[in-house]
Amino acid sequence: MTPTDRRYTTSHEWAKPDGDLVVVGITAFAVEQLTEPTFLELPPVGKELTAGAAFGVIESVKSTSDVNAPVAGVVAERNEVLVEDRAAGRKADLSAVNDDPFGRGWMLKLRPAAGASLDHLLTAEQYDAQLAAEGH
Amino acid sequence: MSNRRTALYDRHVALKARVVPFAGWDMPVQYAGIAAEHKAVRTAAGLFDVSHMARLSFGGPDALALLEKVFTNSVATMADGQVRYGLVCNESGGILDDVLVYRWPYGFAAVVNASNRAKILAWLEQHRAGLDVQLTDQTDDTTMVALQGPRSVEIVAGLFEADAAALKYYFAAPTRYQGKGCVVSRTGYTGEDGFEVMLPNALGPTLWDELLARGAAPCGLGARDTLRLEAAMPLYGHELTEQTDPIRAGLGWAVKLDKGDFVGRDALRSVSGPVRVGLELDGTRAAREGCPILSADAAPVGTVTSGSFAPWLGKSIAMGYVPRELAAVGTRLLVDARGTHLPAAVVPLPFYRRPRQEKS
Repeated sequence: MTPTDRRYTTSHEWAKPDGDLVVVGITAFAVEQLTEPTFLELPPVGKELTAGAAFGVIESVKSTSDVNAPVAGVVAERNEVLVEDRAAGRKADLSAVNDDPFGRGWMLKLRPAAGASLDHLLTAEQYDAQLAAEGH
Repeated sequence: MSNRRTALYDRHVALKARVVPFAGWDMPVQYAGIAAEHKAVRTAAGLFDVSHMARLSFGGPDALALLEKVFTNSVATMADGQVRYGLVCNESGGILDDVLVYRWPYGFAAVVNASNRAKILAWLEQHRAGLDVQLTDQTDDTTMVALQGPRSVEIVAGLFEADAAALKYYFAAPTRYQGKGCVVSRTGYTGEDGFEVMLPNALGPTLWDELLARGAAPCGLGARDTLRLEAAMPLYGHELTEQTDPIRAGLGWAVKLDKGDFVGRDALRSVSGPVRVGLELDGTRAAREGCPILSADAAPVGTVTSGSFAPWLGKSIAMGYVPRELAAVGTRLLVDARGTHLPAAVVPLPFYRRPRQEKS
């Protein structure tokens, strides 16, 4: 089931309001298409993101894909478990993206730019309709 | 024009495979997932539909002469039932295809890449002029499956009239499955022990079902690609092209310059240019085909031909071409992945070698 508490992009990211912030991740469909993510690159906290532009890269065994910002804003928090911390000797663990892309697999929390809203994004219903129209 | 479908297409759909177009065929790229299928082959057994590969048979008094003319490896020295890997090259030594040649008491067969089927048929047509050879393309009438992995021998026990387990590596036997003629071959493209079976289309689904029922996991072209990459087996269109030659590709062992004349021999006596190397990247991010390879001081020196996160080895590996002076094991290089410079080192090939089987 596609959660109705958030909005979606045509490129399979989701954006969920969380107080002053917006939580961003990729959809279950995106994960299914990728199959088994092996690498994720996320921008540093404080980085300014442009709506619709790539903020990161996600890889699986077969493919490398951009992950796009649903809204403009500044990175306030990252889901650190998803990325490698070479200094601390900790490897990335992408199982949360694989197993729970709408929950524990969140990627970033953004502080939206002034005037930015989620209204232009797809509702769950519209997103499901897009998937159906693409034959999935 | 629609894609061709193998006799196993309905099986792939029923198993909910993700089917993609490949070399003019609708082929399964994955079932359970590439990593899971890859691990099944390394630890147990996986079953692949490879019916898209072209299967040609050669009869007539001049079949040997034709094969010796177009194939870089020696055919005359093959024993009956032996299988040999080699290249088909053009006059400049450029690689037209990499193929397996089979020798039978009554003739020869070859397995050719799907993407090169028309090109090789035309090439053979051109070179058989004046020779008495019956060339038959059996691809459309037959099914070919590959059973790969350490459990393969146990899985095929009793399936064929001939004892498949008695076959040596790179040997094959014409035998029978359910009373119909077939070929069982101890070959594969995964770095594991296993068999490839060619049989009439009508029996393809029966054998497929039986091998799955005996415990093989269905595997798609995705796992086939990551498995062959770990085993450092070159893939036509990637490591092998008409712009490369077998020597620079590291396949000099399959070129017999002293066997007598063959197409490309003179050119292959003196080749120069970049050579194939294996790269291991420091992180888990993958180098993809086409990524520039840079020297340690970031000057472009080559190109990645295949690269992936390797599911069994758990690291990012790649193959590509670099100048000979940068090909020594241990040489530090960079891979440019869409602007990010990923540190890498030249490592020995293959990346993966299967553990030796205990003699029982």
